[in-house]
Amino acid sequence: MSESSRVGPRMSAATKARPADRIFRLLSTSAAVSIMVILAGVALFLIVRSLPAILANWQTTPELSTGPTGGFASFFSYVGPLAFGTVWASVIALLMATPVAVGIALFISHYSPRKLAGFLGYIVDLLAAVPSVVFGLWGILVMRPFLLPMQVWLNEYLGWIPLFSGKVTSTGSSILTGAVVLAVMVLPIITSISREIFLQTPKLHEEAALALGSTRWEMIRLTVFPYARSGVVSAILLGLGRALGETMAVAMIISPAILVSFKLTTEGENSQTIASNIALNFPIASGLQRDALIGTGLVLFVISLAVNMLARLILNAKPGGRKLWVRPRTEPRAKAIAIAAAEAGAETAIDTSQRSPAGRS
Amino acid sequence: MSKSVNIKDLNVYYSDFMAVQDVTMDIAPRSVTAFIGPSGCGKSTLLRTLNRMHEVIPGAHVQGQVLVDGDDLYGAGVDPVTVRRQIGMVFQRPNPFPTMSIKENVLAGVRLNNKRIPRATAEALVEKSLQGANLWNEVKDRLDKPGQGLSGGQQQRLCIARAIAVEPEVLLMDEPCSALDPISTLAVEDLINELKDSYTVVIVTHNMQQAARVSDKTAFFNIAGTGKPGRLIEYSDTTTIFNNPVQQATEDYVSGRFG
Repeated sequence: MSESSRVGPRMSAATKARPADRIFRLLSTSAAVSIMVILAGVALFLIVRSLPAILANWQTTPELSTGPTGGFASFFSYVGPLAFGTVWASVIALLMATPVAVGIALFISHYSPRKLAGFLGYIVDLLAAVPSVVFGLWGILVMRPFLLPMQVWLNEYLGWIPLFSGKVTSTGSSILTGAVVLAVMVLPIITSISREIFLQTPKLHEEAALALGSTRWEMIRLTVFPYARSGVVSAILLGLGRALGETMAVAMIISPAILVSFKLTTEGENSQTIASNIALNFPIASGLQRDALIGTGLVLFVISLAVNMLARLILNAKPGGRKLWVRPRTEPRAKAIAIAAAEAGAETAIDTSQRSPAGRS
Repeated sequence: MSKSVNIKDLNVYYSDFMAVQDVTMDIAPRSVTAFIGPSGCGKSTLLRTLNRMHEVIPGAHVQGQVLVDGDDLYGAGVDPVTVRRQIGMVFQRPNPFPTMSIKENVLAGVRLNNKRIPRATAEALVEKSLQGANLWNEVKDRLDKPGQGLSGGQQQRLCIARAIAVEPEVLLMDEPCSALDPISTLAVEDLINELKDSYTVVIVTHNMQQAARVSDKTAFFNIAGTGKPGRLIEYSDTTTIFNNPVQQATEDYVSGRFG
């Protein structure tokens, strides 16, 4: 009785829209709008500040022909090698991180006992929480000497492969060392997203495979991998997004130059990355030189944005002709990925762009 | 290729919890045996112990013996993977592999056993299995289309085709029609009638008319109460169970007085 009498006034009040209701809607709407304003603001800042340097003639402008930007014909011949170095270091890192990350994820989701799985997942998430400066220090003090003998060996015996050719590093400050540290840094995000997707494989399909007499590995190949393929690809791309924007670890470890080089074990002639180039040169740069660095930041922004959009596109893509299962499958999955990405400290395009130029100015 | 199944003094546990107690029954080759009983009475659990699928759940284990033509499924050194290759299973909801075509679905089990089979053999096997599952005429023009594009009933018959493609000794069905409409159900029931010419079929069903229609023998299971193990109450010819049961509980159940 009291229940129905309470319902009556509440329903009529809802149609009137109370002040609290309006205020909350205003607050949440403006919060939602602000994210777009921030993104647009960052993009606008990057474009406006970098235009003078992009449009300038680098050979006749004294400010640009000296200092950190000296020796380049134009903005594009300056940013080209940097963009290459950024992508190159990240790709090598991903090549090393992906198999390990997928292996860990699979172990957690399908092999380990439940208690160990929870603990391992926790450890992996902890790895995401380590500041990148700490990774940089660890890279300098531990990984450089640790990897040095291996690099000397690679250079000596596999030097006929162009990747390992050139004058071998004496300190270990090669792009290979940097990429190993980067790989450890992108490991958590790929692992946690892959794990979430592996765990979502329908039990029904796994049981179908087991009932046919498949071993656990055959069951994984028959059901888990096909189901998780696009999710793992976007996990890798989100990892790439993080690697692209990483500044400190790379700046601390790699001994760089602004050039295009595929060699992995050299030092002093490694391709520099955009983010660490900005970090290293921003304090000593002035005027137009700063604008040029901001311009490289814009290029990084565009690359990260493209990678993140591609990841999202793949995640939401409808595999051809499988309309029935696409719908229930992608939606919870995209959500799980978003959650896992947040837990793993995934950096979106916005984060990476803010990190580079704005962090220093 | 059809074999008998003899269950001897079987207890099934989920960790410490006893789910099924003291079941002994003999299932003849080339027959259909139905397991009926109220929810939670352990009939699905018992079915799963016949191909060791219950072991998918951590902590599940059995005491006692299940003999298939005299070989104990739970003997020392018996690999559950080998057991499942010989004892096929069809599930409550149709579960064709979503990324595979109809043809690949049928061949999935065969490819596990034997990676390389000649194309002609594979195609003959696909046709034979789909014929065997009464599905050939409906899908012969779209064998390369995804299995998920079929209707629920067709999908379930595709799963049956997948199960019989490996020529199992025994075919287990866990409420195979519970997610299907009446017409699809009829198609699957007709199929079960044909399957018993070559296979030993064990079917769990909630539908008593279905048990009466398709099975030669029926086993009635019941539980004394929540938390108590399920027990085999009566196991006899289907006509006896439905028309002239010995136990009062069986009569109450089949006449719809409870459950």
